[in-house]
Amino acid sequence: MKEILGRKIGMTRIFEESGEAIPVTVIEAGPCPVVAKKTIEKDGYEALQVGFGKLRKSRINKPIAGHFAKAGVEPTQYLQEVRNDDPDIEVGSMLTVSMFKPGQRVDVTGTSRGLGFAGGMKRHHFSGANKTHGQSDRWRAPGSIGQSSYPSRVFKGLRMAGRMGREKVTTLNLRIVKVIEEENLLLIKGPVPGNKGSLVKVRTTNRGKK
Amino acid sequence: MRRIAQIEKQYLRDDIPAFKSGDTLRVHVKIKEGDKERIQVFQGTVISRRGGGTGETFTVRKISSGIGVERVFPLHSPNIAKIEKVRSGIVRRSKLYYLRNLTGKSARIKEELKGSAKEAKSKATVTEEKPIDKTEPAPQQPETTQEETKQPEQES
Repeated sequence: MKEILGRKIGMTRIFEESGEAIPVTVIEAGPCPVVAKKTIEKDGYEALQVGFGKLRKSRINKPIAGHFAKAGVEPTQYLQEVRNDDPDIEVGSMLTVSMFKPGQRVDVTGTSRGLGFAGGMKRHHFSGANKTHGQSDRWRAPGSIGQSSYPSRVFKGLRMAGRMGREKVTTLNLRIVKVIEEENLLLIKGPVPGNKGSLVKVRTTNRGKK
Repeated sequence: MRRIAQIEKQYLRDDIPAFKSGDTLRVHVKIKEGDKERIQVFQGTVISRRGGGTGETFTVRKISSGIGVERVFPLHSPNIAKIEKVRSGIVRRSKLYYLRNLTGKSARIKEELKGSAKEAKSKATVTEEKPIDKTEPAPQQPETTQEETKQPEQES
């Protein structure tokens, strides 16, 4: 398991030598300084606390400065835990895109785009109602939301209209098409969750192992 | 966006001649059949050119044995061996979808000849404008804007 933090830059398409056009998402991943290490003895689980992105000087307060100074690295915008099964990684070292190779399969986790208040058809793929046959104002309505005197209430968790998106989403088993180490870029086939500029986590997948 | 343009740069081809809608092209396409590779030529009129970067495509239309055939090519695809410009046409819009409804004589496009009267005229106006702009920029501005608005009308 290898994992890194990154920023979604956007999508484009590139050509393979065979002439095939591949849609790719460009992700600026790392370099991520390792700020702390969680261990089984101390914390009950293993993880690396890594940073990503530049942090403005004015955003650094004393606790933040002290936490990063302990690891001997510059303060970063994001601070998150990632999994890594390599025991040799020490606090203060850097995770870079070079730990990924073209052809590898990865999962990408991000925060999906916020779509605002959405109706049942868009949010839960309800089928709506007839446009004709005497209907009016009902063609995108969700339909019945329950029974009558029993239970006299709407069950919790019933799918209805509401805020859509802006939730944690993981796309699984995407292929790394290209790694540009000089610019810390990963080119991954297909779309990944989130707006341009949003934080994403890229990790090696456990899908489709043979 | 700039970073994406930088990545796309290495995939863009620089051996593609300048062409626009209305031009007639011979597109040499690589076709793979099993292990063999051969080249097929598709000749027709460009009716659309759209997109940017590596996603730029153009549509070529031809009449093949009485049936209209259109192919959309990615401009920077390695599968395009060569593009030859056969002739350039005079058209007034960038998307020539109206050709789909036309056949025979009405579906022809006027050829743009080098040194034709129209081209000579537009060149002359350009050369006239430039020295005037340098010497007297302020009073000439309304005139140049007028000409600018006129020119797209001619082109489109």
